[in-house]
Formats: sequence, structure tokens, C-alpha cells
Amino acid sequence: MKVVYTDVLVIGGGLAGLRTAVGVRRRGLDVLVLSLVPAKRSHSVAAQGGMQASLGNSAMGAGDNEDIHFEDTVRGSDWGADQRVVRMFVNTAPKAIRELAAWGVPWSRVARGSRESVVNAEKITIAEADDAHGLITARDFGGTKKWRTCYTSDGTGHTMLYALGDQTIAHGIPVLERQEALALLHEGDRCHGAVVRDLITGELTAYVAKATTIATGGYGRIYKVSTNAIICEGTGIALALETGVATLGNMEAVQFHPTAIITAGILTTEGCRGDGGVLRDVDGHRFMPDYEPEKKELASRDVVSRRMTEHMRKGKGVPSRYGDHLWLDITGLGRAHIEKNLREVKDICEYFLGIDPVEQWIPVRPTQHYSMGGIRTDHTGQSPTLKGLFSCGESACWDLHGFNRLGGNSVAETVVSGMIVAEFIADYCETEGGDLSIGTGLVREFLERERQRLDALLEGTGGESATALRESMEAVMMDKVGIFRTGEELEAAVQELQDLLRRSRNITLRTKAPGANPELVAAYRVQKMLKIALCVAQGALLRTESRGAHFREDYPQRNDRDWLNRTLATWDHEADDLPTIRYEEIPVTDMELPPGFRGYGTRNHVDHPDTGARVAEVEKKLAEMPEADRFGRQQALMEYESLLPEKYRGRNERLTERL
Amino acid sequence: MSTQMQARPADEAVARRLKIHILRYNPQDPASKPHLQLFEVDEAPSMTLFVALNDIRDRQDPSLQFDFVCRAGICGSCAMLINGRPGLACRTLTSGLGERITLAPLPFFELIGDLSVNTGKWMRGMSERLEAWIHSGTGVDLRRLEERMEPELAEQIYELERCIECGCCLAACGTARMREDFIGAVGLNKIARLRLDPRDQRTDADYYELIGDDDGVFGCMSLLGCQDVCPKDLDLQTQIAYMRRKMLRAAVFSRS
Repeated sequence: MKVVYTDVLVIGGGLAGLRTAVGVRRRGLDVLVLSLVPAKRSHSVAAQGGMQASLGNSAMGAGDNEDIHFEDTVRGSDWGADQRVVRMFVNTAPKAIRELAAWGVPWSRVARGSRESVVNAEKITIAEADDAHGLITARDFGGTKKWRTCYTSDGTGHTMLYALGDQTIAHGIPVLERQEALALLHEGDRCHGAVVRDLITGELTAYVAKATTIATGGYGRIYKVSTNAIICEGTGIALALETGVATLGNMEAVQFHPTAIITAGILTTEGCRGDGGVLRDVDGHRFMPDYEPEKKELASRDVVSRRMTEHMRKGKGVPSRYGDHLWLDITGLGRAHIEKNLREVKDICEYFLGIDPVEQWIPVRPTQHYSMGGIRTDHTGQSPTLKGLFSCGESACWDLHGFNRLGGNSVAETVVSGMIVAEFIADYCETEGGDLSIGTGLVREFLERERQRLDALLEGTGGESATALRESMEAVMMDKVGIFRTGEELEAAVQELQDLLRRSRNITLRTKAPGANPELVAAYRVQKMLKIALCVAQGALLRTESRGAHFREDYPQRNDRDWLNRTLATWDHEADDLPTIRYEEIPVTDMELPPGFRGYGTRNHVDHPDTGARVAEVEKKLAEMPEADRFGRQQALMEYESLLPEKYRGRNERLTERL
Repeated sequence: MSTQMQARPADEAVARRLKIHILRYNPQDPASKPHLQLFEVDEAPSMTLFVALNDIRDRQDPSLQFDFVCRAGICGSCAMLINGRPGLACRTLTSGLGERITLAPLPFFELIGDLSVNTGKWMRGMSERLEAWIHSGTGVDLRRLEERMEPELAEQIYELERCIECGCCLAACGTARMREDFIGAVGLNKIARLRLDPRDQRTDADYYELIGDDDGVFGCMSLLGCQDVCPKDLDLQTQIAYMRRKMLRAAVFSRS
């Protein structure tokens, strides 16, 4: 029996996991990171366009601050977000970006003087101030009132991950590569670590830890086509689900990015549109202004993806052998700009499509991109039901994004949540509650259980193929749990997924080899993925309203009266064929920004009975304090600063707001 | 690019049956011996080696080992020898290759099995050996404005930062074949990147301690295989030549 003890076990070596590890190490704790792949190859590396932080350095971002970032994020979430978490996030994002700058990220900088830019398909001149020269600049992204997305060309995730990967090494933190957690060690309401399989040797090891953190990203790969890396299968989230104790939040909230290339589904960044690119239809017509006169191509992603699909349904798509698509036209931006600021996009177009985007339009269509749902945690990153289990980044639902995430808020969330959650993990480990209290008998039991499961798969004779089950699941999710959803299709999806789940208990492998065995890996993963897929489909079926990225054609209204809540899913018994779904109220009465119209998309919602009173209360409070500055006003509406770890409290300096 | 653009209309023509020879070996299995195995795959439109290899694993041999993560040419996982030349398999379109394709694991790195090699372990070792992170003396006050940087300098740093640690440069390197501790273009480029960065406060004398020997910058024989195969088109030749000059100066001045 191989057992390794540590203070903090981090599962996942992307931005969120690494930042958590660095944070707890700085607090003097022992930490181990487990990763399916070398850390610098994690999916974080694929973030192209940038990271939102309200620095307000560039002319088009002038006047930006936490308040505006807060409002944009809450509207983007369609009021599904936890507004206190949003406040914690927007106040820490500038600190996170400045920390990364100190660690070596070569953020693109403001250059003084005039330069040409493209906005709304027209050339404009932007004049940058002298005193902003050399500070971090920003570009435009969807759903934001200011240019707030800081970037390094279109390789932002790459530069962030490399800087953080190097910091991890500098801090002497072991990152154990090609290790896959199969199950959490837990007893009652306490998590004690994980059973882990070495993907090279097949050996099982129990990692026992005071705190276990899941930072394994999203579950895009339950869909047939996704912009996600192939390791984003949701199996990390499934570890929490399979405890039967931890809850998952808002799993039906799945984002489709407007512009992935056909057929590979590889992303072209929102920066293409942020920098002035437009969408065109089969006639070459720029159609988004017809639907969204205010934000046009730069409405939130859920809205743009729906408008594109709507337009294609009207027969305005470009037919191709792979189905209809639309065009992303960045030819107006010019070669110099594209080769400097959109060079990954250019590479992708050249290698995968054989086209030069400086001169040719890019064939795109909306494609699964982001998982708003994940392991439900409180604002400290801890599961409310399974103590000692933490989660942050895309795998968590703490809940920053509600039902739709804004572009540039995900990489920002990875590092911000890593910074914050690391402090709470360290606090937890330093208290009595964090003491290890696990007997070796329990460890033996879990190791034995996982060994038996693997043996059962290796010896299985039921005849089912993991590949076939997986392909069926991917197709069901694509066809029936996509951008536009109906009760009828969702019901069929749930039934088909249940059938696939039952069949997944009868897999037969052709390769019986122990050790590295890709077929065995595929088999145990598909069992986990089907449970995740069922959480998504069942959550979507039961939520009879439309909110953010979850759109029901049979219930097109956002219904605050009945559905201003968060979906919670648990898997109560291993033999179940469905998750148990419960709901958690999102109280209007303490919202800083009460629900209303987002400012884009269709104005069509049913108010919560408390909304009117809360709006009046907010107005009254603000009217009573005409002398107060923005900090005082904010504080009066919704206190949040006491929730932040002490070291991350405090205001952020700007050119116009000196400390 | 032009070859691929010309090749695309061929998608419409009669599909080819690709003959893919893969070097198989599983070091975990005592019975395994290295051998070439032939797989036949019907070519599909826009097929990449990522698609072809998954097709083989899903439909012909589920034991086949290879590594893909991003499948978009940005994570550096899938470098292998494609018809003898190091390259990223995920963004290699089969239409740009002949009907007969040979795939082998990247040399130089520890073999995990078949086409899978342990580049991650080597890269971590390189980073530790070169202390390849920003060495800055003081902490920063995160509430304050960030340090300024000239916009052009940030762009120059990004240019070198674009390395994805795929290992192609080492697989194509003559020196690495002879010196197993050679730090390679990837390591030298990383030092060049850190040296360019004012946030790293080390001097040339410090860098000399790290790369001023035959396992470092003086081991390079200027064969430039690294530059020929770099999937990110990094100007490795210039960086290595520049670093060699700077390290020579550092050596001379430290002795005078």
C-alpha cells in the first residue's frame, strides 16, 4: 500500500492549480500538484485574447474601475452570479495582473501618442496619454463598457502559464505529471485526499492531505465539438460528484463561443471582434447590427452565439460539407496588426484552414467553449458539504459567472481564485478542523475499491465499447443539449444518456495490459463523463426558463420569479442513473445590482417579487449619501471586503486614483 | 502554406488510403520489442495526424500511445518524427504528406511508449538547472501601479516567450546527440528571454555560470537544425549567436 502524506494536495496543474500551490507554499505549507500532463501544457495555455482587470490605463479604458467591471460581470451572468464573489474578484484582478507582471508576463503596453484602430468597422484614431506610457494596455471584449482586457498579443494564457509554471518551479513545488486522480478519500463530511493512478505505470497511490483542491478545468469534451483541449473531460469535477456528498452547481450553464473554426472547432479569440473584426453571412452582409444595434458583434457570448444560430436558421449560413457556417472578417485590421496582435489566429488559419486571414474570411460557427458550472463552493473555495475539499478556476462554481461568463474573465478568475482560495486553504490547514484524522484502514479500503473497479473493467465481458459509448454521448450533447434547447429534446437526451450510463457498466476491453493502457483510461473516464453529462442534461431539462447561456425555446423568458436560483446536483448512490437536483435561492434582497435588463439580447423577463423593493431601497440609500465617494456608496449597498483574505484587501491605484 | 492550399482541392478528389507506419515499443512490457507497424487509414477532408492517430486508436489498436492536449499547435505535447523530421503532429495535415507516412517518437527524450515521450520531465529539469524564472530582489506592492516597460521591449520579450517547449529543437540538434546534458536551443532561448527582461536582475556573469560551458552556449555547433524545425519560427540562430558573444564578453571581463 503506497501512501504519500502532504498538507495540501492540488489536483490540476493549470493556472488555478499552480497559483493555489504557490499561495499555500508561501504560507509555509507542504504542497503537491498532480497533473494529467506537464503543467505548461494545460488548457490554460490556450487562452488567447486576454485577462480582464480594470486598470484603466489606455485611453479607451479611461475611467474604468471595479464598479464598472462588477456591473459588466453581473449583467453578463444574467444575474446568476454571487455578487459578493464578483466584488471579491473585481477588486483582486488588478492585483493579480500586477503580480503576474512582476513575475515576468510581458503584457502589451500603452504607447504614448496617436494610433489608428478599427471600431465598428471604421478607422478611428486613438490618442494615448503621456503619463500612461509603458503601463499595461487593454483591448475591447464582448459585454464590457470599457476596453479592459489586458493581453500579450493573442498568447495571453501561454505567457501567464509560463510565468506561473516558472514560479512553481522557483518555489520548489513538485508537479507530478501524468497522474490521474480516480477517487477522493472521504468519510462522513470530511475529505482526506485522493486515490491516484500513474498513467505510465498504472500504479495506484493514496495521497493523504489536510486539504484537497480540485482545479481541473471544465467539461467541454462531453460535446462532440469543443474548443477545449482534449483533457477537459470533466473527470476532475466527477471526483467530487462521486463522493455523493459534495454538490455541483449550475451544470446546465454551458457557454458556446461564437467563433471557432470549422471543422476542427479550434478557437479564434474574441480579440478578433474586440479589435474590430465583424461577422458576415452567406451574402457577405454584416448581420449583427440588425440584431444588436447597441453592442453588435460585442454583445456577450451567449447572445452573439444565439444570434448567429438564429441567422443561420433563416438560411443565411454559408453551406459547406460540414454544415452551415458564417464568416469572421478581420481583413479590415491590416497585416501589421494581425501579425502582431492576432498571430496565433493567423497560424491557426494557415495550418488548419490553409487561408490567410489578412486577405480571406475565416469560416466559423458557435462551438462549446466554457463550463460555468462546477463544484459548488462558498466564497472561500470550500465545498459547503464536504470539508477539506476545495476547488477553484473553471472546475469550481463559487459563483463568479452565473449563467454566462464574459470573455477575459476566465483566465482572470484562474489566478484571482487561486490567490484567494490559497489563503483560505492555509487558514484551514492551520486550524484544528484541518488536522489529519484518517486511519490507514480507510485508505486501504479506498485503494482496494479502486483496484477492484479497474480489475472489473479489465475483466469485463459485457461487450460494450468505451469509444462507441463516448461517441454516442458526444452526439447526444451536441444535438440535444446545445445552444437552443427544448423540453422534448432534453427529455430524449436524458433517457439516452441514462441508457449509455447503464451500458458503460458493461464495457469490455481488448487490451488487458496493466500499466499505460489508453483503452482502460478511456473506459473509466467515459463512466465519469456520462455522470457529468447527465447533470448537464437533467439540470437543463428541469430549468424551465432561459438565463444566460441556458436557452429554452419553450421557455424563452428569464423568469426571476421562479428561477432566480442556483442548481445543485448530487449523485446520491453509485447505482443511480440520475443525479438528484436541488436548488439554492439567490436572494434579491441583498444584491448590490438588482435584476434588470442586461442591455443586450432580448428584453424579456419576469421580475422577482422582491426586485421592486430592492431597487427602491438601493435608490433610497444612494440618495441619502450624496457626498459619499464610490467606495462609500458601494460599501453601503453590499459589504464584501471582510470576506477577502486580509492581504488582498485595499484599493487599487490608477493614474486617476492615486493612493 | 502554398502546398497546403493547393492540396485542399484534393479533398474533393478520390480519398486516399494512407499507409501509416508507426514505431511501436512499450518499455513497460518486457515482451515488447521495437518494431514498425503498418496501419491503413482512409483519408478524410482536412485530416490532421491528430485525427488519423485517434482514428487508428479508436478503430484498430486501442493500445497505441501518443500525446495530444490542445490539438491546435499551441501546447507542444505532440512533437514526433513525421517522415523523419521533428514536428507537431496535431497541426500536420495529411494532405501535405505522401500516401506513405512514417511516425516515430521524438529522439533524445525518455520514451514512455510508442509515440509518447517524456518532454515534461526534461523541461522541468532544464528549468531547475537554469533557474529559468525571473529573479527579482524585492516584492511588489500589488495595490500600486505596475512598473512601466517600453512597449517595444514587451513585444521583444514576447517574441522569445513564444517557445512552447515541444522539444523539436533538441530532436534536431547535433550537439544533443553527443552531449546528453546539452541545454539545447530551448534552454538558450529561455536565458536570452530572461536576459532581455529588466525584471530579472541577474548579470551576464550570473548567466555565464549557467550556460558558459560546452553543455551550454559553447556546445552549439551552429548546425541550426533547431531553427529549421522550430514550429514557432523562433529566430534561434540569432539568439544563440548573440548569447555566445555576450557570454564570451562576460568570461573575458570576469578574468580581467
